[in-house]
Amino acid sequence: MCGIVGFLARTPSLRNSLGTQVVPMLTCMGDRGPDSAGLAVFTEPLPEGSRKFSLFAPSRTYDWAALQQRFRDDLGTPFQFTAVENHARLTAEIEAKRVKGWLRERAPELHLLSVGRAIEMFKDEGHPREIADRLGFAQMTGTHAVGHTRMATESAVTPAHAHPFTAGEDFCLVHNGSLSNPYSVRRKLERLGVRFETDNDTEAACRFLEWRMREGDTLEQSIEKGFEELDGFYTLLMATADKLLLVRDAFACKPAVVAETDDYVAISSEFRALAHLPGIKDARLFEPVPEQIYSWPV
Amino acid sequence: MARVIEFDLSRRSVRELNQYLHHELPAGEQRVEILNPNGMHSLAVGLDAPIDVEIRGHAGYFIAGMNKQASVTVHGNVGWSVAENIMSGTVRVKGCASECAGASGHGGLLVIEEDASSRCGISMKGCDIVVGGSVGHMSAFMAQAGTLVVCGDAGPSLGDSLYEATIYVGGRIASLGADAQEEPMTKADFDRVASLLKQAGIERDPKSFKRVASKRSLYHWHADAEQEY
Repeated sequence: MCGIVGFLARTPSLRNSLGTQVVPMLTCMGDRGPDSAGLAVFTEPLPEGSRKFSLFAPSRTYDWAALQQRFRDDLGTPFQFTAVENHARLTAEIEAKRVKGWLRERAPELHLLSVGRAIEMFKDEGHPREIADRLGFAQMTGTHAVGHTRMATESAVTPAHAHPFTAGEDFCLVHNGSLSNPYSVRRKLERLGVRFETDNDTEAACRFLEWRMREGDTLEQSIEKGFEELDGFYTLLMATADKLLLVRDAFACKPAVVAETDDYVAISSEFRALAHLPGIKDARLFEPVPEQIYSWPV
Repeated sequence: MARVIEFDLSRRSVRELNQYLHHELPAGEQRVEILNPNGMHSLAVGLDAPIDVEIRGHAGYFIAGMNKQASVTVHGNVGWSVAENIMSGTVRVKGCASECAGASGHGGLLVIEEDASSRCGISMKGCDIVVGGSVGHMSAFMAQAGTLVVCGDAGPSLGDSLYEATIYVGGRIASLGADAQEEPMTKADFDRVASLLKQAGIERDPKSFKRVASKRSLYHWHADAEQEY
């Protein structure tokens, strides 16, 4: 089991209260996935050239001040920085490649969770409620968010194995289900130079889709190819800077329910995670059908 | 007439509800209204008394599972496996049902007034299911006995590996599963459909229904059958 949640706010007031809407969803789905959780929050994109880097440290008492000093000394680029415990966000007008290289060299203990003009990412081991409290999910604002609660069945329980997974920029994916051919997908991609960070099956799906997009496919075309390539059970919820996207495999053994109103689109594994949302009684509720791509623009 | 007892799930737990319905319902009280179900699971499961239970709102998984005698109505949608293993009585969903509605049901009647999702009536063993709308893929998979009436359309692989259950479909069938075949409707079939529609309170002309039953070719193992296993 695992739980997935997604929320796309269509009004300024819901964007300002994005975290307040999402936290009860994530906490409720803690029943389906109590061992780790994660949340990707998308905001209005930064200007071209600027990027947000979400960082994860191995310790909750990591010396972020020292890291900032090193960054300032080494790169001399102006930047903004905020940190909560073992998570931090660095914002700067800088190429992703430069930051990645610098992190490898100067802060190899850090894990780069996400890069993009819109995405910010948080994930950790522990109960979703506890993680949401610690990292202040309820205060987060933005256009849309994708969350996951994990009950591991196929690889280790570590922060790096928690969802969402990301590849490239401003793209993330969460998965309820299990793939039966992640290693063959992975071998195929590794031969093409794609690098993996974990042995998690979802990472294979994430990197497969991102590889297809780099090859020129749209996300929708990548998913069509994924229907052929990815074997197993999955409900996949994905987000880019400009949309939220949902698919279920041909057997559709892994649940999902969608609630849509003029004000928002909310997605969860179970309805009870949506029951608190404003106007839910009048929302259009439906269960996504197998192998159909559902997408909602921001 | 017995009074209506209200049970508010915003103030009391599901465990308390089921305990109440099983053991604490005062004699003669026959009607319970469950308020604020908010998608919660396992409401009104394992009932074994001739009582009426009304669930006011959307409910979660396994609603009215193992039902005996009772009449349970959900004024909303339900999640997976509503009325799974129903033995007798009636379970009615005024909205839509998610997957595996009526799974393994032995007896009684399950009515879904709108659509049911995939695997509706999976492995049903004698219950009757009437769906006012459409059903998803692999409905009545391995269904052994009983009747599934679908007023709307049926998704792919209807009646895959069907045993002795009978399926009637009013709309289009996307595809039949292995060993399922369409058969001519007899008078007994029309009467059966008419009777079940009447019990379900759904108005539809039985004449529009098609009958699907087992070819029975999978009943015996053919080791030499094309050798494609």
